[in-house]
Amino acid sequence: MSPVLADVLQVTALIGALALVHRPLGDYMAAVYSSKKHLRIEKWIYRSVGANPDAEMRWPAYLRGVLIFSAVGVLFLYVLQRVQDKLPLSLGFKPITPDQAFNTAASFISNTNWQSYSGEVAMSHVTQTAGLAVQNFVSAAVGMAVAVALVRGFARSRTGDLGNFWSDLVRGTIRVLVPLSVIAAVILVACGAIQNFGDIHHITTLTGDKQALSPGAVASQEAIKDLGTNGGGYFNANSAHPFENPNGLSNLLEIFLLLVIPFSMPRTFGKMVGSLKQGYAIVAAMGIVWFGAVLAVTWLEYAHPGTASHLAGGAMEGKEQRIGEGPSSLFAVSTTMTSTGSVNSFHDSFSGLSGGVLLLGMMLGELTPGGVGSGLYGMLIMAIIAVFLAGLMVGRTPEYLGKKIGTREIKLAACYILITPALVLIGTAVAIALPDGKEAMTNIGAHGFSEVLYAYTSASNNNGSAFAGFGANTPFFNTTLGLCMLLGRFLPMVFVLALAGSLAEQKPVPETAGTLRTEKPLFTGLLVGTLLIVTGLTFFPALALGPLAEGLAS
Amino acid sequence: MNNSVASTLRLAWASLRILLVLTVLCGIIYPLVVTGIGQVLFHDKANGSEVKVDGKVVGSELIGQSWNIKGTDKPDPKWFQGRPSHSTYDPMATGSSQLGASDPTLVKNVKAAKKQVAEFNGVPQSEVPEDAVTGSASALDPGISPDYAEIQVKRVAQHNGLSVAQVEKLVKAHAEGRTAGFLGEPAVNVLKLNIAVRELTRK
Repeated sequence: MSPVLADVLQVTALIGALALVHRPLGDYMAAVYSSKKHLRIEKWIYRSVGANPDAEMRWPAYLRGVLIFSAVGVLFLYVLQRVQDKLPLSLGFKPITPDQAFNTAASFISNTNWQSYSGEVAMSHVTQTAGLAVQNFVSAAVGMAVAVALVRGFARSRTGDLGNFWSDLVRGTIRVLVPLSVIAAVILVACGAIQNFGDIHHITTLTGDKQALSPGAVASQEAIKDLGTNGGGYFNANSAHPFENPNGLSNLLEIFLLLVIPFSMPRTFGKMVGSLKQGYAIVAAMGIVWFGAVLAVTWLEYAHPGTASHLAGGAMEGKEQRIGEGPSSLFAVSTTMTSTGSVNSFHDSFSGLSGGVLLLGMMLGELTPGGVGSGLYGMLIMAIIAVFLAGLMVGRTPEYLGKKIGTREIKLAACYILITPALVLIGTAVAIALPDGKEAMTNIGAHGFSEVLYAYTSASNNNGSAFAGFGANTPFFNTTLGLCMLLGRFLPMVFVLALAGSLAEQKPVPETAGTLRTEKPLFTGLLVGTLLIVTGLTFFPALALGPLAEGLAS
Repeated sequence: MNNSVASTLRLAWASLRILLVLTVLCGIIYPLVVTGIGQVLFHDKANGSEVKVDGKVVGSELIGQSWNIKGTDKPDPKWFQGRPSHSTYDPMATGSSQLGASDPTLVKNVKAAKKQVAEFNGVPQSEVPEDAVTGSASALDPGISPDYAEIQVKRVAQHNGLSVAQVEKLVKAHAEGRTAGFLGEPAVNVLKLNIAVRELTRK
């Protein structure tokens, strides 16, 4: 079978599996977040922490829950890394330095999983499983909770109530993420991913060399890292490491995990606002952009522009033989467009233009399909911008899902879309202007600039993948990227929840002949156009300096 | 003011307790349950798919190894060679070169690798496949392409006193196709292949 035919079958199988699963999973998530009943274990949790899961929260209270829970998470994870040498199962690793511990804490709480450390020689068993993996669950659950709060803002009227943060957090974790992770993790072990709490195994090879084989609870972490669109690898090589991603099946499963919740949430949204078609209009826009990028990157990697790739006869630098060019491209697009950032191949060595497409995927705000929760709420903000633009064209007050998009709503949406571009562009400019930026580059010229731009884009959009030649473990980058991750995660949430509150208070406006039909393909087209124009105008100059300059030169 | 400080502290306290409960669930119970299932059902895989020769562990079938002459950085002609590795197959330093597709250093590396592989195996440079001259992503790639195995057959046969047909047969037997026929790429596991070569020479 030719590689191209295998790739076609693979993408077809992936889309088929997503189509099959999105329906039961989307409906299930809608039921989870709408149900009045609590599971016994949930009741026990609420009782033991003294939270009332039935108390409705208005947006400021909901936001306070999100922010304080996350702040406590940052502190907890920071302390855990600083004292890991004094805890059991430390593997002899030293405590993490303060700036790196802050960076890592910010990274995992903000669902970014940018890693300025190498897991195999830095993080103990306890830090990995009780620290990092826990945030993989709860940071994902926080994202889903905020998305659900925004959906409730659309679904409810004449109330400011958005639901209960504690109940959304706990339900998302216990009823959605944990069960799916267990299933995925067991399949990964069956493929060959390791799962143990042993010691580093020193062995002697047939040639008489010594080799140290890594231990770890890898499969359990791999499952949630992909399912929760987190992306932080157990090892430095991330999902390229054979212990994380042993064969073609585990590779496709991991891509499926990246995409399954983000592509199912629009169904949850449709169900909760009472019109499945509205959800399909959103998911179609996500799918079109994702698929376009898959085609572009796969084609570019097979065509392998670039002097070195051309000389080698293919773009296999930074890719694994058992995985290959096509599946690596599919993974790369899926991880950058979902805010995951795990990698099965190194994006730094992709062709210049492929790197540009991956950058663009993140710059779109990671909405196609985006991170768990963050993809849906980001896309709904874009939908608001799209109906606003359409309203301007015909001179009508815009409305979406029976809610007026007035001055307050559009201001909040505009603030949302300005945050990450500001962080990315200011961050990159400052780093380039200071000596720190230049010192951290592995590559020279346009590609070196791309490394810095990629780092700030990845951090501010909470992706976490890197052009990993970039030497980011310095106090300057640990601190500024850490701040970008926190601001890029939580400032947008402030505007999303404020918007949700404002929508929930409105009374619904009846649909008229002049209402823009947001469930039709025309609107999907408008949404894709808005997304590309807003991002294109913002980032085109920066892209021209980096990947475009490199791509056109080769 | 005091009121809001107090309520913030109350909220922080509740947050910490809920985080601790979720830590027990997701950070302790969850990995232990998966470990339990994995250790019982897939014991060898959960522990790293280790390979034994004469009762001693000589590696993991998932982790590539260096096949250099001991104590040197020269490839040993007796063995099938793996892909270039950024860290000489050290599992404590995984990752790749991170060099861009047009980077001058990478161009130099590829050129040198192409020359070396061609001379080492006595084939023209045009027959050297891409995976033989490019570094893997993990630095631990256990596999090579069937093409790369193919061009090494003659040399390995010669240096082990075996016939080309014998070694050819081993390569065929160790070629792993795509998972389920269409997932990933075909690869030959270098460690398993070299073990088979060694067994054949000791017969």
